[in-house]
Amino acid sequence: MIRLGIPSKGRLMEQTFDWFAERGVRLSRSGSDREYAGRVDGAEGVALVLLSAGEIPRELQAGRIHLGVTGTDLVREKLAGWRGHVEELAPMGFGHADLILAVPACWTDCESLDDFATITRDFRATHGFRLRIATKYHRLVRAWLSDQEVADYQLVDSQGATEGTVANLTAEAIADITSSGETLRANHLKVIEGAPILGSQATLFRSIAAGDEAEVAALVAQLGLET
Amino acid sequence: MTDKRIKQAVGQRILAAFRDAGAVEVAPDILLPAETLLDLYGEDIRARAYITQDPIRGEVMMRPDFTVPVVQMHMATGAEPARYCYLGEVFRKQDHGEFPPEHARDNEYLQAGFELFARDTDADAEVFALFHQTLAGLNLRATMGDMDLLLDAVRALPLSGARRAALLHHIWRPRRFSALLARFSAPPEARSFPTSQAAWSGLRSREEMLARIDRLVSDAAEEPLAPIWADRLERLFAITGPAPDALLALRQLSREIPDIRDAVDRLDARLAALAGRGIDPATIRFDASLGRHTMEYYDGMTFAFEAEGHPDWPPVASGGRYDALVAVLGQAQGRAIPAVGGIIRPGLVAELEGAA
Repeated sequence: MIRLGIPSKGRLMEQTFDWFAERGVRLSRSGSDREYAGRVDGAEGVALVLLSAGEIPRELQAGRIHLGVTGTDLVREKLAGWRGHVEELAPMGFGHADLILAVPACWTDCESLDDFATITRDFRATHGFRLRIATKYHRLVRAWLSDQEVADYQLVDSQGATEGTVANLTAEAIADITSSGETLRANHLKVIEGAPILGSQATLFRSIAAGDEAEVAALVAQLGLET
Repeated sequence: MTDKRIKQAVGQRILAAFRDAGAVEVAPDILLPAETLLDLYGEDIRARAYITQDPIRGEVMMRPDFTVPVVQMHMATGAEPARYCYLGEVFRKQDHGEFPPEHARDNEYLQAGFELFARDTDADAEVFALFHQTLAGLNLRATMGDMDLLLDAVRALPLSGARRAALLHHIWRPRRFSALLARFSAPPEARSFPTSQAAWSGLRSREEMLARIDRLVSDAAEEPLAPIWADRLERLFAITGPAPDALLALRQLSREIPDIRDAVDRLDARLAALAGRGIDPATIRFDASLGRHTMEYYDGMTFAFEAEGHPDWPPVASGGRYDALVAVLGQAQGRAIPAVGGIIRPGLVAELEGAA
């Protein structure tokens, strides 16, 4: 039995259902809306597992599901050495979101990351502590800033309402996922110029630990994907 | 994998050699206050060190290296000349990004170290010679660098204080340094700072921003740095080779950058002192950029001993001079003393000996 892990809620689930339906595999929730069980029509030997999108990377790593749909951001953030644990089978064309670095819109002297790097240095000299960036994407943000050779900052954990941390004086900048940028504007923030830290979208992943390669390959072929 | 007891025995042997060289053995804590280390190394250390929470002490870090606790201990008891040695584990996460490592490296490994606090100019040669002698017979490649040379060369640039400070700050971040140098060498780009309609938000004040804008405006009025300076720096950074040849190249370059003469003289004296201790300078490789890619705190001589057959290994031993670090950590007590030291990885020594 191939176990297919799908986000259990909202638009991401519906778009995932649509994506599979276009490829001849009909997924649906069985029973009531509150029950996390599902059925699969149009493919043999496949079980649907409804999970929180955030748990899917871990389940893929452990091999408890063979295939899973989740954001590239979550896989890269949660799985160290992710290419050793999962294979990216197909970007699915929805769930687009960029992980970006944003600063107060009133900082007219801060456009590029070079500006930001200088400001972090000044800030530390003036305030006696390192400029705070609120985020829940610790590994991705740290690795990116390290790669860009920005040093005088600290990450503070923020698991929600991250855009509000600057006005609340618990951070000077934020790194978060944004799709339209409206929440940023509403909170008087602007995105630093240049490429995002990561461009993410919903993606179908294969677990390397789960095995059953022939069965998985058959399903992948049926979906019209190449491995 | 070499048995831990064998590594421990090798470590004890190295420690004995350090004690024979006059060092007092010390045993710093394993759990260190995270704040000091984070302030020194920056957020990046979180990716490499194990941090945990103590209900009373707050964030604590499992010892990622010995230098900081040894310096702190020394500065707390006074800033007198001293020699210390130690043997113990350090703990490092090995998070390699997208791909898991082919051969997982150890997350905990032994370090045997020697730190010398002294105002004596012979201290560099003493430490280098001690490591050289302790590692003799392992066929390692000895490399020496000198951050002092590079820092003096940057200080010599005909630039404003602000530009010079920015370059000095980034000397350990090669790409940011090159980008800055390129910017300072080019005609200034006019930049406008439109008034923003957005409400003021956050802790950074409007005054702080205006101060920076003033700085940017006066910076844009600066004459670009003549291209010959970037060229001289690049030639300096690229000097590598047997130490006597490198010394000649440095002497030649010091005609164009007279401010590095003192540092070149010191290197010359250090190599002569090593020859006096029976180490042929021609067997030492000099690499002017050694230390630019490693720890930010080395600001004088740097050194590394590497196993040539194992390009994927970290150096078997490494170290250098870190006067500025001591000054920073001694600030509270208002004390400072020059210091130089290094560590040997007994685990790698044991592997080399086991293979032989």
